[in-house]
Formats: sequence, structure tokens, C-alpha cells
Amino acid sequence: MAKELLGMYLLFFKMGMVTFGGGYAMLPILRREIVEKRAWLTDEQVIDFFAVSQTLPGIIASNVSVFIGYQRRKTPGAIAAALGVVTPSVIIITLIAALMQDFQYHPMVRHAFKAIAICVCALILSAVISMWKRGVKDWAGVVIAVAVFALAVFTQVSPVWLVLASAFAGVAMKRAGKGKA
Amino acid sequence: MIYLRLAWEFVQIGLFAVGGGMATLPFLQRLGERTGWFDQQLITDMIAISESTPGPIGINMATFVGYNTAGVLGGIVATLAEILPSIIILVLVSKSLARFSSSRYVAYAFYGLRPAVTGLIAAAVVSVFRTAVLNIGLYQQTGLLPDLISLKYLLFFTIMLVSIRKYKKSPVLYIAIAAVAGIVLKF
Repeated sequence: MAKELLGMYLLFFKMGMVTFGGGYAMLPILRREIVEKRAWLTDEQVIDFFAVSQTLPGIIASNVSVFIGYQRRKTPGAIAAALGVVTPSVIIITLIAALMQDFQYHPMVRHAFKAIAICVCALILSAVISMWKRGVKDWAGVVIAVAVFALAVFTQVSPVWLVLASAFAGVAMKRAGKGKA
Repeated sequence: MIYLRLAWEFVQIGLFAVGGGMATLPFLQRLGERTGWFDQQLITDMIAISESTPGPIGINMATFVGYNTAGVLGGIVATLAEILPSIIILVLVSKSLARFSSSRYVAYAFYGLRPAVTGLIAAAVVSVFRTAVLNIGLYQQTGLLPDLISLKYLLFFTIMLVSIRKYKKSPVLYIAIAAVAGIVLKF
């Protein structure tokens, strides 16, 4: 059992190591390791895990890892998989952040990071555009998106309340819509 | 006790940030504003590093913020605290996964959640834009409105956005190009 859990940990360590970015970036390596090499799951199951992971709180990559770990070895497997997938991040980011503290005032580093910050801003805006196209489908969606945007920009209200309120608004509107129809 | 506070803050982020790593960004920004642990400059560095290094972006951001707030142990505490709620929730949901994912109420909640998360991240773009593209530092010194807008930065931003939308390459590539451009053109 302990050996299997260590194997699980190392497998997800490896997958965390080669994932760049977020969300579906992990899908190709996951398919190769879990579906093709080990046949633990089918393609459809992996896609389902990704879909459900997006509808739950937390980081998608760690959510998918927890589902797969749980599927194989229940709760200990889930914990081993989650710890495995985050360990490379913790090591690599800690090293980089420590280096940054020494070099962040170096002019060349500042020039590079100034331009990277502008690039990052464009990357996130591009992500927002894609999310808008996928997730905002009607006028009610537009109203919610604009209202949340305005509240987040112009007030100090916590994102926690905005997330909770919009989930309730979604349920309330859909139920009201059903009543009428 | 900084580690306990850090853990409590990241448990909340892990619990309420729905929709993946980027969805934690608005929470991290608000955390910095509220506690003064880190500023907007660190947030933009954080995104840049998290996008361009191995590891899921949401995990990378948690480690980076935790490290800069409370050192090596801070990075570990923040990361583990952020994934803890989802481990518990997922283990509970795993037993009735089919029922959960076909539940009407989950679909209804997401009818409201998807646009809301889009709005939240759009708001995060606004504050990143303010520090990254606008020349806030110079503007605060001189108080002159033209100093706020840097044509060079604005042009670079537009070129980046258009090429990201058009070519859809990996973010790592755009970040590498930006780093070189920044050094060569002395941003």
C-alpha cells in the first residue's frame, strides 16, 4: 500500500512538473500517463473529471489529480496525488522567488519584468475574452458579468460574496424562468 | 501567528475560487490590499513567473505569494491550505459524482457563476493594467495627465493582445518574447 501511494505521488509529481499554465494544459500528459500507459481510466472518464473539476472550488489540475487518486486508492490515494502534483510548483517557485529577491532591482531584470507585466496583462485579457465567449450566453449573463465587474472595480466588497451571490442568482433566475414556462 | 493567518486566508481562497487557477487572482489582489502583505507590483511579477514556469498556475501563484509573505514555510502553508478544501469536497463528491454532475442545481448555479467569474477576472485585468501599462509612478511625481499614458507601453500591449488572439501559441512563448523586448528596448 505504502509503495503504491509513493508510486502515485511520484506519478503526479512528474505530471505537475511538465504542466505549464492552467486548466486543460495538463490534459495531454494526463491522457498519456493515465489512459494510454496505465489504462486506469478511459478518455471519456478523464474528460468528465475535467468538466466536474471546473464546476468545483479549487485549482483544476489538483482537482483532477484528487479524483484520479481517489478512484484508485480512496482517500489516501487522493491525498498522495494532490501532494504530488503541487510539490514541483512549491520547489521551483520557492527557488525562483528567492532568486527574485536578490535580483529584482537589477536594471535588466526590471526592464524584462516591465515588458512581461504588459504581456501578462494582455494574456489575462485574452483569457477574459475567451471566457466571455464561452460563458456569457444571454442578457442575464451580461448583466451579472457587468455588475460583478463594476462592484469589484469600484467597491471593496469581497469576491467571496460576489461568487456566492451570483451562484444564488443563477439558481433563482433559472427556477423563476421554469415557473413561467 | 502569520502561518495560521496565511493558512486561514488560503483555505478561504481554495473554497471560494471556482473555475481554476486564474479565478484565484481577484482573491489574491484583495488579500494584498487588505493585509498589506504584498503590493500590485508583486502580483504582476507573480503572474509572469507562474505562467512561465512548470506547474499549474494556481498552485504556482499560491506558493509565490506565501513565500513572499512568510518565507519558505509560508509558501508551503499557503499552497497546502489552498488545496485542502477542494480535497475534502472532492472526496465527498467522488462517491456520488454522477448525481452531482447531472444535478439541475449545479447547472443553475453555473448559469450565474460563469459570467460572475468572467467579471471578476476582468476587474483583475483593470488593476494589472493600471500598474503594468499605465505610467502611475511618473504620473504621481508630476501630476500631469499625459505622463500617465505611455505610448510605447500601450503599443506593446496592443501588439501582444492581437498576436495572442491571432496565433494562439503557448503563453510561455509570449512571455519569452516580452522579456527579450523589455531588455532590448529598455522598458
